[in-house]
Amino acid sequence: MNIRKLALSASLCTLALTSLAPTQASAAAKDQYFPVLVYRTGAYAANGAPWANGYIDYLKLVNARGGINGVKIIFEECETGYATDRGVECYERLKGKNGGATVFQPLSTGVTFALTEKAPVDKIPLITAGYGRSESQNGAVFTWNFPLLGTYWVGADVAIQYFAKKLGGVANLKGKKIALVYHDSPYGKEPIPVLEELGKKYGFDVQLLPVAHPGVEQKATWLQIRQHRPDYVLLWGWGVMNSTALREAQSTGYPRDKMMGIWWAGAEPDVKDVAEGAKGYSALALQHGAEPDAKVVKDILSMVYAKGQGTGSKEEVGQVLYMRGLLSSMLGVEGVRKAQERFGKGKVMTGEQVRWGLENLNLDQKTLDAMGFAGVMRPVQTSCLDHMGSSWVRIETWNGNKWEFSTPDWYQADEKFLRPMVMLASGKYAEEKKLKPRTPEECKL
Amino acid sequence: MGFFLETLIGGLMAGMLYSLVALGFVLIYKASGVFNFAQGSMVLFAALAMARFAEWLPHWLGLDSLWLANTIAFVIAGALMFVVAWLIERLVLRYLVNQEGATLLMATLGIAYVLEGIGTSLFGNNIYSIDVGMPKEPVFILDGLFEGGLLINKEDFIAALIAALLVGLLALFFQKTTTGRALRAVADDHQAAQSIGIPLNRIWVIIWFVAGLVALVAGVIWGSKLGVQFSLVTVALRGLPVVILGGLTSIPGAIIGGLIIGVGEKLSEVYLGPMIGGGIEIWFAYQLALVFLLFRPQGLFGEKIIDRV
Repeated sequence: MNIRKLALSASLCTLALTSLAPTQASAAAKDQYFPVLVYRTGAYAANGAPWANGYIDYLKLVNARGGINGVKIIFEECETGYATDRGVECYERLKGKNGGATVFQPLSTGVTFALTEKAPVDKIPLITAGYGRSESQNGAVFTWNFPLLGTYWVGADVAIQYFAKKLGGVANLKGKKIALVYHDSPYGKEPIPVLEELGKKYGFDVQLLPVAHPGVEQKATWLQIRQHRPDYVLLWGWGVMNSTALREAQSTGYPRDKMMGIWWAGAEPDVKDVAEGAKGYSALALQHGAEPDAKVVKDILSMVYAKGQGTGSKEEVGQVLYMRGLLSSMLGVEGVRKAQERFGKGKVMTGEQVRWGLENLNLDQKTLDAMGFAGVMRPVQTSCLDHMGSSWVRIETWNGNKWEFSTPDWYQADEKFLRPMVMLASGKYAEEKKLKPRTPEECKL
Repeated sequence: MGFFLETLIGGLMAGMLYSLVALGFVLIYKASGVFNFAQGSMVLFAALAMARFAEWLPHWLGLDSLWLANTIAFVIAGALMFVVAWLIERLVLRYLVNQEGATLLMATLGIAYVLEGIGTSLFGNNIYSIDVGMPKEPVFILDGLFEGGLLINKEDFIAALIAALLVGLLALFFQKTTTGRALRAVADDHQAAQSIGIPLNRIWVIIWFVAGLVALVAGVIWGSKLGVQFSLVTVALRGLPVVILGGLTSIPGAIIGGLIIGVGEKLSEVYLGPMIGGGIEIWFAYQLALVFLLFRPQGLFGEKIIDRV
């Protein structure tokens, strides 16, 4: 009996020590841990997979180049299926592993909404490059959110600038009708406040046409467009919704050159299958487009794929969503690098330190060019109060075979118009959640 | 008036396609009493097979003719659906004879996940196209009567005709052939059918194969419209309110139910949607089905179930 008790106690002790082991190992973590929320299955897999491949390939490239000042990156995928509950579950499961998560990038506005209140508690930054809550640009209130490169409000503003330019000036927007065909989710609803405000300012009418997930049934929507004959259609879809919208536009005879998509409706999976039927359709580009000739892409091919370590197929390297994932990954890595400048080069950074790094990013053109991003993007400079860092957008057009930049010029969102809206919405959020916004003095700490 | 007619015609044509999807549910329920939750996954699996073989065959065999490549791909996909039917009978159904309906339903849920996983592993999870030469541009009729004419989607029109033809053939098969009658006997009572010499296992393979062929046709039509991708699984769920409304055991019910749902959801989206925020067509179909469930649980044409207690 005693022997049995002894054996049981020994087993329990071993179990307890084994379960403690990862914590001790974590405390002395030598690698920077990047959890990666992905969706390679489900209705949005065709769009989620290339983003994830670009994200991971860049982390592999950084390791191949020697890590972040010698600190190697480890990463782990978790499948969300683009479902908010599964995204939160992944976050909870991965946030404390391997010494703690560096940063989370959920690639879902719904998951971002859910994690916005969790991130400050766990002290892990959320990077939402080109998605998420638009008012989270205000770092005084949203201290852990980083909608780097641009928000949906930036997208909506630039889309209207583009329509105005096509019409010969903002004065000609008066009396025009613009339809918003949007994914009926937090993501799709994001541009509505800006469009309505701009509608009041310039005198155009906004028609709202929601499409239920996943967006395969849009006949009634496009019959309404045929009836109302809007001057432009703004498409705010994701996944199958985008190609279905283009097919319906074709089958109802709505001109594709009057359609403009957000940057999540401007990748290869959205148009490839529609081919000639989508010719003339334009989309906003979150600075980059498909970039097969970029140096960073060539480096990935030579340093990762040539060694048989590529994550996806070689053909998709450099495509639009692949590049979006790659850029998102790079921004996280540069947050760590910047943090190391202050907290110690060659050391593993905590989430809190990376937050500082992301708030003090200063990627000038010279740095970007040296990293292989020449021609891909413009400089990004964040601050404690501005978590977006850049609001430049380009326009690309599908020529029936590939995306090409239709105009050489860049568009910048009207910060004078958007900033008051950001301050108002973020102030309202702070009031609801009883948060005390950071002051510029607190930012200096 | 012109706009109302366009919406009505669009709804009728969409409804015919829903009928085709609903038919898959009805066939299996009629013949085996199983509510097949895997019907959507069968549509995806069949469409993926068709799309990928149509893409691969020209490279493998050096074929130039799209028509020939599509025909061979269709035959291969059909054969694959036979293998799927045989495996389902061998590995799942054989062990569940005379089990509760809920047990069989859960088994089909498992089959759905297996088919989705195997399908995307074998054929990939990107968007693939099926080009069977369907016209994409619209046609406008009755220009003189209505301003701008009435819009008819040629692709939807042809698809609706194919669906109608298939539905007609299957109705004949069930009513007029010995196998069809045997299938109906099996649905009524597994044990009784076995006792008079109807080979249950063979009948199940046949009916799952026929449902697989219906899934293949539905997959080709929807795949040509939307591209072949995971969302095809959700398209099949459009058949659920149709069978609730039309009745799980009735082929005419699937047709009428499909048309009512198709027209109902389009008209509701266009005329009710703007009043309550839009985006209602998907849930409207289920609401309509729920109302029917309240007053007529067996659906419009379903057989009334009387249980001895």
